[in-house]
Amino acid sequence: MSASNLDPSRLTIAAAAERLRRRELSAGEILEACLARIAATEPRLRAFLTVSGELARSQAREADERLRRGEPRSVLDGIPIALKDVFVTRGVRTTAASRILENFVPPYDATTVARLRERGAVLIGKTNCDEFAMGSSTENSAFGPTRNPWSLDRVPGGSSGGSAVAVAAGQCLGALGTDTGGSIRLPAAYCGVVGLKPTYGRVSRQGIVAYASSLDQVGPFGADVRDAAILLEALAGHDPLDSTSAPLPVPRYQDALRPEADGLRVGVPREYFQEGMQPEVESGVREAIAVLESLGAAVEMVSLPHTPYAVAAYYLVATAEASSNLARYDGIRYGRRAAAKTLLETYRRSREQGFGAEVKRRIMLGTYALSAGYYDAYYVKAQKVRTLIRRDFDRAFEQCDVLVAPTAPTTAFRLGEKTADPLTMYLSDVLTISVNLAGLPGMSIPCGVDGGGLPIGLQLIGKPFGEESLLRAAYAYEQATDWHELRPDPALCAAQGPAGGPGDGGARR
Amino acid sequence: MTFEPVIGLEVHAQLLTRSKLFCACSAAFGAAPNAHTCPVCMAFPGVLPVVNRQAVEFAIRAGLAAGCRIAPVSQWARKNYFYPDLPKAYQISMYEAPICVGGRVSFTVGGEHRAVRLTRIHLEEDAGKSIHDAHADSSLVDLNRAGVPLLEIVSEPELGSPAEAAAYLKSLRSIVQYLEICDGNMEEGSFRCDANISVRPAGGDRLGTRAEVKNMNSFRAVERALEHEIARQIAVVSGGGQVVQETRLWDAEREVTRPMRSKEFAHDYRYFPEPDLPPLVVDEAWVERVRAGLPELPSARRVRFVRDLGLPDYDAEVLTARRDVADYFEAAAGGQPNAKAIGNWVMESVLRIVRERRLDDPPRIRDWPVAPEALADLVALIDRGTISGKIAKTVFDEMVASGRPPREIVESRGLVQLTDAAAIAAAVDRVIAAHGDKVAEYRSGKEKLFGFFVGQVMKATEGKANPKQVNDLLRERLRG
Amino acid sequence: MSIRREDVRYVADLARLELSAAEEEALVAELGAILGYVEKLAELDTEGVPATAHVHDVGTPLRDDVIGNAPNVEALLDNAPERWEGFFRVPKIIE
Repeated sequence: MSASNLDPSRLTIAAAAERLRRRELSAGEILEACLARIAATEPRLRAFLTVSGELARSQAREADERLRRGEPRSVLDGIPIALKDVFVTRGVRTTAASRILENFVPPYDATTVARLRERGAVLIGKTNCDEFAMGSSTENSAFGPTRNPWSLDRVPGGSSGGSAVAVAAGQCLGALGTDTGGSIRLPAAYCGVVGLKPTYGRVSRQGIVAYASSLDQVGPFGADVRDAAILLEALAGHDPLDSTSAPLPVPRYQDALRPEADGLRVGVPREYFQEGMQPEVESGVREAIAVLESLGAAVEMVSLPHTPYAVAAYYLVATAEASSNLARYDGIRYGRRAAAKTLLETYRRSREQGFGAEVKRRIMLGTYALSAGYYDAYYVKAQKVRTLIRRDFDRAFEQCDVLVAPTAPTTAFRLGEKTADPLTMYLSDVLTISVNLAGLPGMSIPCGVDGGGLPIGLQLIGKPFGEESLLRAAYAYEQATDWHELRPDPALCAAQGPAGGPGDGGARR
Repeated sequence: MTFEPVIGLEVHAQLLTRSKLFCACSAAFGAAPNAHTCPVCMAFPGVLPVVNRQAVEFAIRAGLAAGCRIAPVSQWARKNYFYPDLPKAYQISMYEAPICVGGRVSFTVGGEHRAVRLTRIHLEEDAGKSIHDAHADSSLVDLNRAGVPLLEIVSEPELGSPAEAAAYLKSLRSIVQYLEICDGNMEEGSFRCDANISVRPAGGDRLGTRAEVKNMNSFRAVERALEHEIARQIAVVSGGGQVVQETRLWDAEREVTRPMRSKEFAHDYRYFPEPDLPPLVVDEAWVERVRAGLPELPSARRVRFVRDLGLPDYDAEVLTARRDVADYFEAAAGGQPNAKAIGNWVMESVLRIVRERRLDDPPRIRDWPVAPEALADLVALIDRGTISGKIAKTVFDEMVASGRPPREIVESRGLVQLTDAAAIAAAVDRVIAAHGDKVAEYRSGKEKLFGFFVGQVMKATEGKANPKQVNDLLRERLRG
Repeated sequence: MSIRREDVRYVADLARLELSAAEEEALVAELGAILGYVEKLAELDTEGVPATAHVHDVGTPLRDDVIGNAPNVEALLDNAPERWEGFFRVPKIIE
């Protein structure tokens, strides 16, 4: 396919940046192509809560001016990027997909948003997600679910479902999400894109609507591994406004991208291949491991014995922190306030009306876990188990550089399939949650499709601040395969196209 | 049965940092409502705390001054509760691992030296301010104070009387003022005190049920509130009742404590380690640097004033209560032979003016017009007999008003004491001659009239005559 | 471990959530199931295991005591559901 007739919305960031630099394309053209795809696909996909077209057009004009002068601010100058709606954006409504913040327009930026602005990125809009990032399917959004572009009756995964869908459907070239228990990796796997959750502390959390402070981490979605590396390089680094951000230098992540895996020690955690796993997922991942081995990696089995306890520990720690983090939504300084005569009613009704069922459930669980008489049995116990899980990884990483496993036991499930039973939904994150508890970097890349044409995700897990090894392994695999080039059928997502079910999925772009 | 009270105090000292504990907003008092706020102290979504180094250093200073152990690693914790002036609905404080542990504070009560042990000292953020009386059906919230650093200083429950509690509190205030970490102003609320009080049969060793009393904003209020609360609890217990564990507010106008009405829920603060802040690590080198910079504390200074300057214990106590006053006194008395007289002048005249002019804020006494050297000069003029003590008071007032040195005032106004025997004798003779009738009465036994003659002579000499010479001469002449 | 209806009410009070009777009922069941699941943590012997509150040692970041640029307070106050002059306004607080 020649450069001239390729839809600019289907370019990778790296390819688009090259064409912008050579002035074969303008930022305005890329943006308009993305906006056109948004217009065509949003009625079905509902990946965005806010499309900031006017802001994006003015940013694209400024970018084109810089590019015309030959002075781009960075490789991201003029590139349309979407943000999960938990990123606080100056002058752009920020809802966290919650009624309680439905009309909240912040007068300040998240540090990561400011970093994107400084680098010239075009902020195209705010994507849908589970309310306050609490969920695994994006069905917990107060503004309705987002649909999977590979099959509209499937969920895109969550909580950063909108961002994954926006990249998969060519609504933007890259997107940011947050990952507290798998919220980047799971939707990346379900939507067939690359998603990277960096080491806790690698990227600033300042200006991210907090869910669980000791677990939340910002990361990118990209069409391929290089795009994820480009975005990570832009986001990473110490932030004096986030005391938990690491004061470490930022490597040039693109330098880690090499097409071989010589000497790379790859561990395969046996606990991540569990009973009840979809056979195609298992075979897809096992084939991917064989590919890595053929590229020079040394593969061996490792054990993470406390894996079966991760979900339980996570749902105590995360909800405890969330119950406290979400207490500030009280209807006094900003956000929704319910009409009430007394102060107590104001609190209770504002929060009752403002929060959805899952958010309330987690606030209740977390409040209970911290309350008098239960703190030691629940919260402290969970934090101790967290230590055991960290030690599992420490031991595994004595023998290897990266771990490889499935991102999820199955491909994308159907809308409504798990909403009736919260616990079943929680177990969707069974393979991603340990990484957050241990603060490690994790990544999901496409490694196949199932019989229904739904993408399968390969998860890579690294040592603390070992993103380079992750990217190296991921890139080597990607270079040897072409799963990342598979994209959902545009006709399926477009409003006037056929409303297909599973099976009429992919098309090479 | 007789009962004894057991009192523990929780003191909140607002630290004299420029900015707040977790954000760069000004910590200054008295701005327009919500003028000193930002997304962090207003708890907007996504914002994070960053610790003020100076506040930590002030906590170390306080800990070292009170002989606490400075924890090498302490941990911030969230205390969760809903209140409109608490924007995050949690207060960042310290709970299981405070920065200072143990320690003791000495104080003097009824002339006796005592000490109380401290449980802990920790850092936490202040809440904002709610105004309840501006509107009938609503309250107003100002978050300027939200996030201002506080030191919470917790004593063991071992104070035995309201007087001991007040003396401890005064001593503690004096220490934080010496350390220049808190202005100690109780009326403005920058030095606040809550008390835990229980009563038990005298000599018992088990603690009774305690009540917490808040809203005491002067030393006097603390004493009165404790007296009232102790009497109330004794009455309850003596009447066969039980003290309820609750929080009570001191009503200074009606002089009673009353239970807070907002206790709809049990206090279940759900403390847990603050995930947004890593543990606070204070290394030995930092502690030693702070230790090296500590000023001499009031107790040490009192001992030194008694030993080296010969001051009575009481005088030393008064003069060391405030660092600026002690500094002033020491600057005036240094190298002078008559430290006690200088001390009297400071206690009687200097502190009177300080009170009258409301120079209570420590920084401001340094700006006031009478330099310590000038006060020393004034006392030297008295000692040498150049002026009388009575004239000296006039000179002092003039020094305060004009800032001029005492010698200049004495010379320009001709206030030098009259010691010329011939001149005094002439004045005495003129008075005797002018009041023949009174002289006769005196000589017939009405000796009370002596004062009248002294007054007449002083009047004739415009107060400048040496009083001793006047007395001696009058006695001689009136004897007839 | 099962959770009782009064526990749900107590926790809802602490969390300032108004719940309907139906929501209370549902939460008794849902929280009960989740708490039943997390019971499995009790299988693990964690005697002497330190709790993880922070995963990585990033030192003790401290800021200098300087007053930052005056932010646009009015833009912040503009978000308030109810104001009176420069104050936030709330239904009467009872002390």
